[in-house]
Amino acid sequence: MATSALDQQRAHAAAGHGEQTGLWSWLTTVDHKRIGILYGATAFAFFLLGGIEALLLRIQLGTPDNTFLAPDTFNQLFTMHGTTMIFLAIMPLSAMFFNFMIPLQIGARDVAFPRLNAFSYWVFLAGGLLLNSSFLFGLAPDQGWYGYANLTSRQYSPGMNVDFWLLGLQILGIASLAAAVNFFVTILNMRAPGMKLMRMPMFVWMSFITQVLLLLAFPVITVALILLMFDRFFGTNFFVPSGGGDPLLWQHLFWVFGHPEVYILVLPAFGIISEVLPVFSRKPLFGYAAMVFSGVFIAFLGFGVWSHHMFTTGMGPIADTFFALTTMLIAVPTGVKVFNWLGTVWGGSIQYRTPMYFALGFIAMFVIGGLSGVMHSSPPADLQQNDSYFIVAHFHYVLFGGSIFGLTAGAYYWWPKMSGRMLNETLGKVHFWLMLIGFNLTFFPMHILGLNGMPRRVYTYPAGLGFETLNQLETVGAFILALSFLVFLINIFRTARGPHNAPADPWNGATLEWAIPSPPQEWNFAEVPVVHGRDALWEAKRERGGPLPEPPRVSGKGIHLPNPSYWPLVSGIGVLTTVGGVLAFPHFGPWVSMAGAAILFLGVFGWAFEPAG
Amino acid sequence: MLLRTASIRRVRRLAPLFCAIALVLAGCSPDHYAQTALRPISDFGRIGDDIQTTTLKWAIVVFVLVEGALLYAIFRFRGKPTDPEPSQVHGNTTIEIVWTVIPALILAAIAVPTVRGIFQTNITPAADALEVQVIGHQWWWEFRYPTLNLTTANELHIPVGQTVSLKMGTVDVVHSFWPPRFAGKRDLFPNRETRLWFKAEEAGEYPGQCAEFCGIQHARMAFRVRAQSPEEFQAWAAHMQSLRANPAAAVAAPKDSVQTVSAGATVQAQAAGPDDPQYAAGEKLFQAKGCVACHSLNAFDAPKGMIGPNLANVGDRSYIGAGTLKNTDENLARWIENPQLIKQGVLMPNLGVTPEDAKALVAYLRAHQ
Repeated sequence: MATSALDQQRAHAAAGHGEQTGLWSWLTTVDHKRIGILYGATAFAFFLLGGIEALLLRIQLGTPDNTFLAPDTFNQLFTMHGTTMIFLAIMPLSAMFFNFMIPLQIGARDVAFPRLNAFSYWVFLAGGLLLNSSFLFGLAPDQGWYGYANLTSRQYSPGMNVDFWLLGLQILGIASLAAAVNFFVTILNMRAPGMKLMRMPMFVWMSFITQVLLLLAFPVITVALILLMFDRFFGTNFFVPSGGGDPLLWQHLFWVFGHPEVYILVLPAFGIISEVLPVFSRKPLFGYAAMVFSGVFIAFLGFGVWSHHMFTTGMGPIADTFFALTTMLIAVPTGVKVFNWLGTVWGGSIQYRTPMYFALGFIAMFVIGGLSGVMHSSPPADLQQNDSYFIVAHFHYVLFGGSIFGLTAGAYYWWPKMSGRMLNETLGKVHFWLMLIGFNLTFFPMHILGLNGMPRRVYTYPAGLGFETLNQLETVGAFILALSFLVFLINIFRTARGPHNAPADPWNGATLEWAIPSPPQEWNFAEVPVVHGRDALWEAKRERGGPLPEPPRVSGKGIHLPNPSYWPLVSGIGVLTTVGGVLAFPHFGPWVSMAGAAILFLGVFGWAFEPAG
Repeated sequence: MLLRTASIRRVRRLAPLFCAIALVLAGCSPDHYAQTALRPISDFGRIGDDIQTTTLKWAIVVFVLVEGALLYAIFRFRGKPTDPEPSQVHGNTTIEIVWTVIPALILAAIAVPTVRGIFQTNITPAADALEVQVIGHQWWWEFRYPTLNLTTANELHIPVGQTVSLKMGTVDVVHSFWPPRFAGKRDLFPNRETRLWFKAEEAGEYPGQCAEFCGIQHARMAFRVRAQSPEEFQAWAAHMQSLRANPAAAVAAPKDSVQTVSAGATVQAQAAGPDDPQYAAGEKLFQAKGCVACHSLNAFDAPKGMIGPNLANVGDRSYIGAGTLKNTDENLARWIENPQLIKQGVLMPNLGVTPEDAKALVAYLRAHQ
């Protein structure tokens, strides 16, 4: 194996201070960077799983009246595809960057609550495993990721499918809330001296707003899921019409959570793009303050638009008008963001490296998703668009064209920092072009199909309605899209065998993470930096009149770091067992839950009385 | 000159892309789609369509400007690592105000017709409207005409030129009624009446389907709208009113002159009469196999709360199984023999009907037109 000077230096530093390796070190780690890698690896595995589910769906829909998948299998797969991509792929992929990058970008040595951070990861993993374990029993959730009542009632969904879904989501909610508290506090309290709020990198700003959204939105879905759990297990009637309940209540609760959730999924990508575009344009972000406040405004308005998912329920003219206008209003700050990104690129000296390809692709694709969003802000038009493939096209342009393009830009951008290795540029660009072409072939025709009468969530469609050709094209596109991620995997595995060849600052970065070795040492900053303005590293380089010398790997003697701990893992197992026991209610389930509660108590007890180090 | 050939080469390189776009555009024409929402033939449908067209125009303008600016920047500001640092612009208040205000104005241009459209679509239809109750079932549609005391299933007959006022509900889970040529969707809730209205402008048979996921056979919960001239509708209603428990006053089925939209949808075979032995055998089987427990054969004064669709005019329908199969004798027989094979999870169980029995039942049902 080839070794570079960086490799030798790294080996030398590791030998000096006994860097932890091995399985046990990963199970007990409280290092935000390792937890970030755990989040990323797990979420990427779920992303591939969700992608395979999508390919199966696309094969089924490639031809009319197809019998490739049975109806119930199709319904399980589309439910799990949506649930997986939202809760197990995009959110935790963002969490990977929160974990790895927020402390580095704000000049901190770790997050505010390192053990809580580990706990978040283990609980997230538990939720993902519980949800997907349903496949082993052939009982995967089959009611859609939005789980509309009263289809989810025991009467109409007697199987355990819905139980897996609601308990899995409940566990994932615990993970998200714990992480949100952690990053909220980290960003507010752990910034390096001189890093005022209005000097924070834009990724940190957008992440901060995301944590606020998580803190306010997730309690709503938690409550809704508890009500549903009571309906299904204990015979209450919150959403059961025969008992006086109202299915419409579920829709309101779900979308009060669900719409902010959309911004939870896309704001981190906004942040990543706002890091990548300036660096590769060699020009600061255009309109920093406007970018901050438009993000805040989007988040605020995000809580006032939920019923635009419900125009077809017939809410009456006053409610329709209110939600139509707030929805249109949200396009203004979103437009400001797009224009500011253009303003950032404009007049720059654009360096065409792979992260920049994906960032520019993000703008091009996200604009399409934004514009179709404006199209269904108008209720009379939305009555036709809602629940048709037009909506499927819209939110894939936002969540794939937006979130996934943005996260992929972030992956290529920060890969050298996280792994210490440069990804291959040619493969990266092949990945980009295949993804752009595959993405548009898959999702653009859905606009046309939706407006021409193809509804969502159908396991098949009859021949003769005209849907055949474009569906076939979409299926071809989906495989090209899958191929693009195969290229990405090849790129990752090829470079993983290569030397540690990434310098500290491969892109001429503007922010603090590029001031320290790649990958960073456990303590991040040997010396806590002092910040004098925005784009702190650019400032430092300008002052010096050229690039900074490669930072040496140093001994971390005397730097206080939290001790590894297995209590977060124990507590996570406790949460999984407690909630998982509900599945077996009323048989042996309560006993499992009680055992789980005991484990959780033990975990928290051990955690609380663990010596700090 | 050099620049020119370079740009031509660049265009050539994009040729496959243009081909792909042309292919997609070829599939664009709404006339290609029987269930399109882009060819409204009702007053209600037109309101939404007009707004959608307005919004789409603005969307295309913004799309071209933004993507154009992006492409321009991508080619114009290509830099090399050795290039000098570009001018470090941090923002420009004037420009930022301009690009905040202009989108707001465009949105106002969309908001005004939107609010007007919201109030137009929410009016209560006039008293002379034909009221129809739409009742959602897993996975079929019940249509009741209270003023005519008629009930039918999966095919909604309406008169052209008269507003129909739909009052909707469901006996089980949430559904959504979507007749794209006439109107957008409206959801159906248990214990909650929702409404929709429209005035059909063209006679014909048009497909529609459920648009809210409602369980395993959501995909197979389609319906047809048969818009008829007022005279034809009257004749149909009079005929249907004669289909009652005591069929003494049977009125001859009207000749159906309706042109079907999707080719080959109307496929009625020659029906057997009550004197036919097959018919008599079928009539017996309809009782013996318990079909009557779920299906009524009375269109007039039909019982409420039946589990299966009303079959009073099943012989006349274009499709069976709520849009699952074309209504041919072979398909109807297949359906009766093994509904679970054709529509897995449908509430109709396999009743152990032999092919022989099925033939008799088909003859019997075919006569119900």
